[in-house]
Amino acid sequence: MKAQSSERRYLENYLGIKGWVWGGRYRLERYLYTLHRISGLALLFYFLLHIAMNGFRLSSGESWTSLMDIFDTPIVKFGEYLVLAGFTFHALNGLRLILQELGYTLGRPKPPVYPYVDALERRRPIVFVMGGVIIILLVVFIFNFI
Amino acid sequence: MSNNGENQGSVSKLTLKVQRYNPDRDKAPYMQEFTLPFRKGMTVLDGLLYIRENIDSSLAFRASCRMGICGACAMLINNLPRLACHTPVEEIGEFTLEIKPLPNFAIVKDLVPDTSSMFEKHASVKPYLMRDDQEEMEHPTAEFVQSPDELESYLQFAYCIKCGACVAACPTSATGKLYLGPQALTQAYRYCGDSRDNKSGERISAVDPYYGVWGCHFAGACSQVCPKGVDPALAIQLLRRKVFAQSLGGKERTPSPVAAPPTGSKEKIPVPEFTVTQDDRS
Ligand code: HEM
Ligand code: SF4
Ligand code: FES
Repeated sequence: MKAQSSERRYLENYLGIKGWVWGGRYRLERYLYTLHRISGLALLFYFLLHIAMNGFRLSSGESWTSLMDIFDTPIVKFGEYLVLAGFTFHALNGLRLILQELGYTLGRPKPPVYPYVDALERRRPIVFVMGGVIIILLVVFIFNFI
Repeated sequence: MSNNGENQGSVSKLTLKVQRYNPDRDKAPYMQEFTLPFRKGMTVLDGLLYIRENIDSSLAFRASCRMGICGACAMLINNLPRLACHTPVEEIGEFTLEIKPLPNFAIVKDLVPDTSSMFEKHASVKPYLMRDDQEEMEHPTAEFVQSPDELESYLQFAYCIKCGACVAACPTSATGKLYLGPQALTQAYRYCGDSRDNKSGERISAVDPYYGVWGCHFAGACSQVCPKGVDPALAIQLLRRKVFAQSLGGKERTPSPVAAPPTGSKEKIPVPEFTVTQDDRS
């Protein structure tokens, strides 16, 4: 029994990727982390697709126009809108992250006096303003798409 | 059984659903339900102690100080990492609680996490003062000077009790086993930001790799759950700024000097007459 216990391996308990999607009762920014990652990867995917599609122009003008005819459907239009929405979010949240991850806009350390309020909570308005700008831009883009 | 905080005056029972796992016997963790009397003002730790004393003495969990200072009792309570001793049941407002061990650490048994990975990472960032004047460090002649402002620039981060709640909350720690994590990175900044230290370069080379400060993507969950108000997320961004500044050629600070010897001593306050001295007693 003794020898066995010294060899015993503890049970791993990492949340793994599912911890990005659902970690627990956390506030907004932990889920913006996930959204930023998803939007970044989606943009990358779109980017590669975009380059591949544009490759059709190399073969002939006709194959390009016939491809564009196939794409002229509401579903593809909606998909393009989603790409634009993803880009808008990724770009604005990216600007916030660039500033905040270099320590700007966060303020100075404060002595921890209960109830504790951390820097992100104190600067919550930045996230709200960012969200507001994203929503306004997305509404404006709808009109561009119709 | 009431699940409602509003009529807590009439609540007399508490249900704790506890994750059990005995490595000698169980293949996988499972949940076990305990019902126990609810007493006004009781903490989650009180509940666990009640179970161990009255219902099932094999329940394993760690706790020592029961006053939020030893950091042993952090666990996942209703899906949020918290100190069991610092969480009154009424604060949660529910009388059926789900209790699991801290995620992102291996499970030793039941609610006991293996936090040794955190302590190894903590040690790897050199969490102590480092200066050039080794002689003064080893045989101090006086204290180092530090202004209240300089103290406040890192004091908040010095309150860490190494409970691991922040690591359990962090989405990067959830997937990156190497990632130093909010606890260690915060302690790296606590010493880099201390005006008495002038070797932050050594600490920066410990946190500069991809699994160090750059692994943080500012989810901020650590600061939400820290039971001591340490704000690890802020410390990490300030640390990143320091690492960045150093890569652009930023210089090490001149560490605060040793306090000047006192020029004269103040007049001693006379001992009040009613004070009993050693001589009186004998
Ligand atoms: C104005 C444009 C953009 C800005 C300001 C921006 C900003 C950022 C920033 C700051 C990060 C790091 C975030 C973090 O620390 O978690 C990031 C990650 C990323 N970005 Fe962008 N980005 C932009 C455009 C793009 C585009 C066009 C693509 C795709 C081709 C893209 C793909 C990614 C990916 C894949 C990541 C990694 C995500 C992660 O690891 O969580 N980004 N971006
Ligand atoms: S920073 Fe806070 S949550 Fe993290 S180990 Fe220290 S006391 Fe615990
Ligand atoms: S028992 Fe010490 S922190 Fe909870």
